[in-house]
Amino acid sequence: MTATPGNPPTIVLVGHGMVGQRFLEALAERGLTRTHRVVVLCEEPRPAYDRVQLTSYFSGKTPEDLSLTDLALLAEHGVELHVGDPAVAVDRDARKVTARSGLVVGYDVLVLATGSYPFVPPVPGRDAEGCFVYRTIEDLLAIEAYARTRARTGAVVGGGLLGLEAAGALKGLGLASHIVEFAPRLMPVQVDEGGGAALLRTVEEKGLSVRTGVGTQEIVTGEDGAVTGMKLSDGSELATDLVVFSAGVRPRDQLARDCGLAVGERGGVAVDERCRTLTDPHVFAIGECALAADGRVYGLVAPGYEQAETAAAAIAAEDASFTGADLSTKLKLLGVDVASFGDAHGTADGCLDVVYSDSRAGLYKKLVVGRDGTLLGGILVGDAEAYGTLRAFTGSVPPVSPESLVLPAGAGAPTQLGPSALPDDAVICSCHNVTKGTIRGAVTEHSCTTVPEVKKCTRAGTGCGSCVKVLGRLVTAELEASGVEVDQGLCGCFAQTREELYEIVLALRITSYRDLLDRHGRDGARGGEGCEVCKPAVGSIIASLAPAIGASGYVLDGEQAALQDTNDHFLANLQRNGSYSVVPRIPGGEIAPEKLIVIGEIARDFGLYTKITGGQRIDMFGARVEQLPLIWARLVDAGFESGHAYGKSLRTVKSCVGQTWCRYGVQDSVRMAIDLELRYRGLRSPHKLKSAVSGCARECAEARSKDFGVIATSNGWNLYVGGNGGATPRHADLLAQDLSDAELVRLIDRFLMFYIRTADKLERTSTWLERIPGGLDHVRDVVVHDSLGICDELESLMRAHVSHYRDEWAETVNDPEKLARFVSFVNAPGMPDPVVGFVPERDQMKPDLPLLDIGLRRPSQDDLLEGSTRR
Amino acid sequence: MTLAPETTGLKVRLRLSDDWFTACELSALLPGRGVAALLPDGGQVALFRDRDGGLYAIDNRDPFTGAAVLSRGLTGSHRGRPFVASPLLKQRFDLTTGECLDDGAIRVETYEVKAA
Repeated sequence: MTATPGNPPTIVLVGHGMVGQRFLEALAERGLTRTHRVVVLCEEPRPAYDRVQLTSYFSGKTPEDLSLTDLALLAEHGVELHVGDPAVAVDRDARKVTARSGLVVGYDVLVLATGSYPFVPPVPGRDAEGCFVYRTIEDLLAIEAYARTRARTGAVVGGGLLGLEAAGALKGLGLASHIVEFAPRLMPVQVDEGGGAALLRTVEEKGLSVRTGVGTQEIVTGEDGAVTGMKLSDGSELATDLVVFSAGVRPRDQLARDCGLAVGERGGVAVDERCRTLTDPHVFAIGECALAADGRVYGLVAPGYEQAETAAAAIAAEDASFTGADLSTKLKLLGVDVASFGDAHGTADGCLDVVYSDSRAGLYKKLVVGRDGTLLGGILVGDAEAYGTLRAFTGSVPPVSPESLVLPAGAGAPTQLGPSALPDDAVICSCHNVTKGTIRGAVTEHSCTTVPEVKKCTRAGTGCGSCVKVLGRLVTAELEASGVEVDQGLCGCFAQTREELYEIVLALRITSYRDLLDRHGRDGARGGEGCEVCKPAVGSIIASLAPAIGASGYVLDGEQAALQDTNDHFLANLQRNGSYSVVPRIPGGEIAPEKLIVIGEIARDFGLYTKITGGQRIDMFGARVEQLPLIWARLVDAGFESGHAYGKSLRTVKSCVGQTWCRYGVQDSVRMAIDLELRYRGLRSPHKLKSAVSGCARECAEARSKDFGVIATSNGWNLYVGGNGGATPRHADLLAQDLSDAELVRLIDRFLMFYIRTADKLERTSTWLERIPGGLDHVRDVVVHDSLGICDELESLMRAHVSHYRDEWAETVNDPEKLARFVSFVNAPGMPDPVVGFVPERDQMKPDLPLLDIGLRRPSQDDLLEGSTRR
Repeated sequence: MTLAPETTGLKVRLRLSDDWFTACELSALLPGRGVAALLPDGGQVALFRDRDGGLYAIDNRDPFTGAAVLSRGLTGSHRGRPFVASPLLKQRFDLTTGECLDDGAIRVETYEVKAA
């Protein structure tokens, strides 16, 4: 490759899937994006996304969530990405690629990462309406649309990994689902007969019907040309409205064939150990379209990543080779753990099996062991907890007997091999090929002290995520080994976490912060003043549990008043100039004209700035401390109560107008929003809580951006949890479907109380859900299936909250002693704070900010954009 | 300016140049919580009382925002040093020296204070 000045050599990448994206990252890491022009031709309408997690689209992940591409970063590296514009021809003599749009790009290096295509068996009717494949986000969108409108039953051809995922997805869409597998067992590639039997039992228990050992002979269609069923090889017929073909994939090598590159007998562009095509040194092939030097086509992402690295290294003239890869996988399919690693089928000479099987519990574990005791591989179904450890031991003689590694806890001598038993060269993260030694180095040499830091430093655990558990144990072990105490404490005053303090307060019925600090604080903190971190956190715990532990639920009572942040102390929101804003509660966003007029009159009389909030209520700004009681006396008189906009507590339950007015609505979303807001008002929690109720799937109330969001269905309500807007937006996850009113409320009661009990301080439900071990599945187990047996207690705590609720502002305006605190100056109660001043703006007023000696720049005339709104 | 009528009992007094200025009743100070008092020159002081009865007085103005709000912050102790955290952007100020614990270059004024 020769570079002429001003005309850098060009690398053209064909295909922007996971492997293609990884290749781009590998180029950037080696500085090749600086020295080369990089052009990417991508067939799909969107840049690279996480195809491994494709099915999570049906559990609430959006296409954006699945994206793997940082477009800004690509732009920063000067990568020219053309989406929706696949390469259609390669002229190897002229070294030019032509894209569908007519774009022609000359290349010095061409990299094919075209992936694979789903294999559809050549049965009659396979192109009928209602037949799909399961490969891209577009496929999923099409399946979803068809399933929602035209299908009640669905069948999946193929009982492999993707087939099971597809069947689970169809079931999630409300279809009766069938799996038809030609082989005699499910997942024939990964598991053996015993594993298949365990899997079959569990899959059938999930309500899926499975036919193994039968082939599909014909797709039967109705008069309109749409699928009505399928004929099977045993002569039977299966009625179905929708068919998903998931019978394996084939390398997409047509482009390579057309330009004369050598391909394997069963497809795949033939490459050498450096991923360079055997035919043309200017062309590389990586990922599922490549036939590797060992004669295999790899359909897993980890080997693809390794090939991407190898090709990038080869282009950078570094030493690297890809000679084959580990096919170990661990998956959770339909809630069942399935893992296979190493020589799972026992093909080595003279190897022996160690098997533990419990069909009743859906457990199957098999280890393949060599004559000398070397662990060669294995299969785990139903419980793959030991996968990380076992895989790392593959190829060596484990320090304990093989059977002790597969026996369940409690049977005989259960052995939990800690990650400390692993050798340094054991691969912990196989997606990114990160060894135990690298992870230890991140802790000892790069001073990482948390799993997120180690993930960022080494990339371990950022692929499929299956190694995160082992990673966590390894990091903790390494920290402990190097003498670093992992301090999980709330702050400098308490060594306990917020969750532990909650348990202490509840169990010992501690109603005083000082008492808690003096008895349970760190040694040096006992008898002290505490700090600004633990005071409000403990104040919140005591307030959440007030009725249960016999504390006052009123946050300004006694010592509690001294624990509250200023917002809670003045029951209003402090703004930047020292004034406060006032938000009365408007449940569900529903308000009668008379009450609107009252708010208008009050704002006018006190000269307040008014603005509609995002939570469907009205915020009045610019109140001085001494005005708060006067404002609230009038609000309380008119029937308003505190909106708790100042508290770490329930804010609003937003709603759309729902069935009452909207032609699309299927439930009364306003009524439900009002009911929920009145039920949970005043509930103190680790952080603020937001909610919304939508009256139909159009989701106008944006419920999935809330801590708990409710969306109406024709059968009831769907409950979503853990959503968030703000800096790190997250769509809420579906917790339960088609609930009645009572079931919905009961489930929210449990969910909120479990969150309040176990969350860290200032931890929103979204981060909590992602942090707690087991995540959403664990929360569902606890609050839906009552796996911890605490649901009665959670419900009774919520009942106590609901029955003890009193409006804080009504109590305050009726208490002269509390009102005495609402002054700017203790020695001049009637005197307003002269620092709080206002100037007019757009027919209202805004703070006249004091001049600062430090910090923020004051805006100058230059900041005024031409034509902008007047200030 | 209307000053609160004086009653019997201990008063919180501040030294202003040579005089002791009476700010308020000691009973007006809730342990762990501050109040603001207006000074004769129009300035503002934030007064605090800790759980052992110790009294502190610093300028009420938050130098980071310009707002007179330090009296409304939460108090605490850090390695034995009593502090108040601004309710706006949470910077902590040592109640005895006025030093900002999060930015050594910033300091607020302190006053000698006693109960008498």
